[in-house]
Amino acid sequence: MVSLAQDVAPSSRSGRLSAEATWGLIMLLPYIAIFLTFVLYPVGYGLYLGTEVKAYQRIFDDPIFLRTLANTVIFLGLAVNLKLMLALLLSGFFVHERRWIRWLSFIFILPWAIPSIPTILSFRWMLNAEWGMINSLIFQFTFQDGPGWLLDRVYGLGSIITIHIWKYLPFWTLILVAARLTISKDLYESADVDGASGLQKFLYITFPGVRNMYITSTLLSTIWTLGDFNSIYLLTGGGPADSTQVLATLGIRYAFGMSEVRAGVATIIVALPFMVPIVVLMVKRLRGEDR
Amino acid sequence: MSPRKAFDEARLMLVGLLILIWTLIPIYHLFVMSITPQAEAFAGAVWPKTPTLDNYTTVLTQGHYFLGHFWLQLFNSAMVAVAVAVLTLVIGTCASFAISRLRVRIGETVSNLALLTYLIPAAFLAIPMYATMGQYGLLGSRWSLILTMVTFASPYAIWMLRQYADKLPYELDEAARIDGASPIQIFWLIYLPLMMPSMVAIGTYALLLAWNEYLYAFLLLSSDTEITLAVALGHFLSTDDAPWNLLMATGIIYALPPAAIYYAFRRYMVAGLTAGAVKS
Repeated sequence: MVSLAQDVAPSSRSGRLSAEATWGLIMLLPYIAIFLTFVLYPVGYGLYLGTEVKAYQRIFDDPIFLRTLANTVIFLGLAVNLKLMLALLLSGFFVHERRWIRWLSFIFILPWAIPSIPTILSFRWMLNAEWGMINSLIFQFTFQDGPGWLLDRVYGLGSIITIHIWKYLPFWTLILVAARLTISKDLYESADVDGASGLQKFLYITFPGVRNMYITSTLLSTIWTLGDFNSIYLLTGGGPADSTQVLATLGIRYAFGMSEVRAGVATIIVALPFMVPIVVLMVKRLRGEDR
Repeated sequence: MSPRKAFDEARLMLVGLLILIWTLIPIYHLFVMSITPQAEAFAGAVWPKTPTLDNYTTVLTQGHYFLGHFWLQLFNSAMVAVAVAVLTLVIGTCASFAISRLRVRIGETVSNLALLTYLIPAAFLAIPMYATMGQYGLLGSRWSLILTMVTFASPYAIWMLRQYADKLPYELDEAARIDGASPIQIFWLIYLPLMMPSMVAIGTYALLLAWNEYLYAFLLLSSDTEITLAVALGHFLSTDDAPWNLLMATGIIYALPPAAIYYAFRRYMVAGLTAGAVKS
């Protein structure tokens, strides 16, 4: 069928474009225009801004930048892996066929379905050391003051990772549920007949079945988590004293908070040697298995 | 039910309960704060002593300094979201038709570039995008936000629509060609009707992406009459004694339309999402 379509498809062998090829180009034009003006040009301009060596010296001399690099690695490592492991576990819960689990999945998707600004700000007020609900509960039960959740680097990063997982766990659980549903039920039935334990079924049937999807999810989630601005900016604002910044928020802080545009661009470019290989790998994965 | 089965069922319900609590805590707190009177806003109570709807009245009547342009900002959010959805759909359907059905020569290249763009985190482009908008003279205008969000929504649109388009039988196009249909007629009379379900999914995706956007909205827009509600919510944080109860009430109003739209079109969204994901 495909070869037939290609026979019919226009060719420019005759020297001038057929009507179909002309229309095809016209219909591609809107996206090409958007791509040139709002992707290619800004990316090129950003790379040009990032050519100044002084900007890199400036950021690598800045203790805040070095701490930000460490924060980014911690944030990525913990947020991505905890989130996906939880998603894998929960996907095992959501594949059970019960009516109440269907209803629960409706509610479970809420964090992802509603905008993150109100929920992150809600979390922020809840964690307020003096007036928040969490510390007020801690005081009621223990008569001790709770920790300053957003006033300390470790608690701050922990809170950021928590709200990030809260927001994105439903999405990845849904993806892994879909992956689990592609595994044939016969496999589980014959494993039951052979008397396999739950752990054995997970290790020898479930995990091999979803492994590809799990790896794809980890790569995608790594890129997107690297670009997560809201979870940090709206929760701690990168504070206290810039101790919970990540690259995405520090770049914005340099460029707009301190009017150091080139330092801001340099901060982002530092992440590229790590990010670009993942992006290229992802394009290959998504396209390769697509055909 | 055997004891073993009952035990499994109970364990399942316990997990379900934990999931429910975990999911609802920030949303519950959002709601509780939105019905808490100003006097109790700093009490950290699990339930207010005197719950009230006054906060909502204040928001809807624009009765606070931070909410002076609430309705206009709500309109701005809606206007930006609808414009982004419409433009993304136009660009996405045209491009996917050219790539998948007309098989334009540069189609594969464009498709790859779109996929590449989709994978770049939007936050990483913020600084050069801001500079570019300045050079184009669009800074401060809602159009800068609309065009930016179209830029970030259309790669996914093209990629997803193209996957759907590839599944439609080519015999349909061929039969139409034999009957003398032009490419435009095939697009209008065959392609668009068949693509409707996936267009609903993509339209919803673009709409929500634009409505929920915070970073670019707050960078590109500045005046109180141009900003979206998302930016207005962020403005509450500019003072130390922000009226958090009003902020939370505004937040709930802001979250309701996208939630309603998501649940209305959930069927299409989930199908689209998983179709895209399971393939990889």
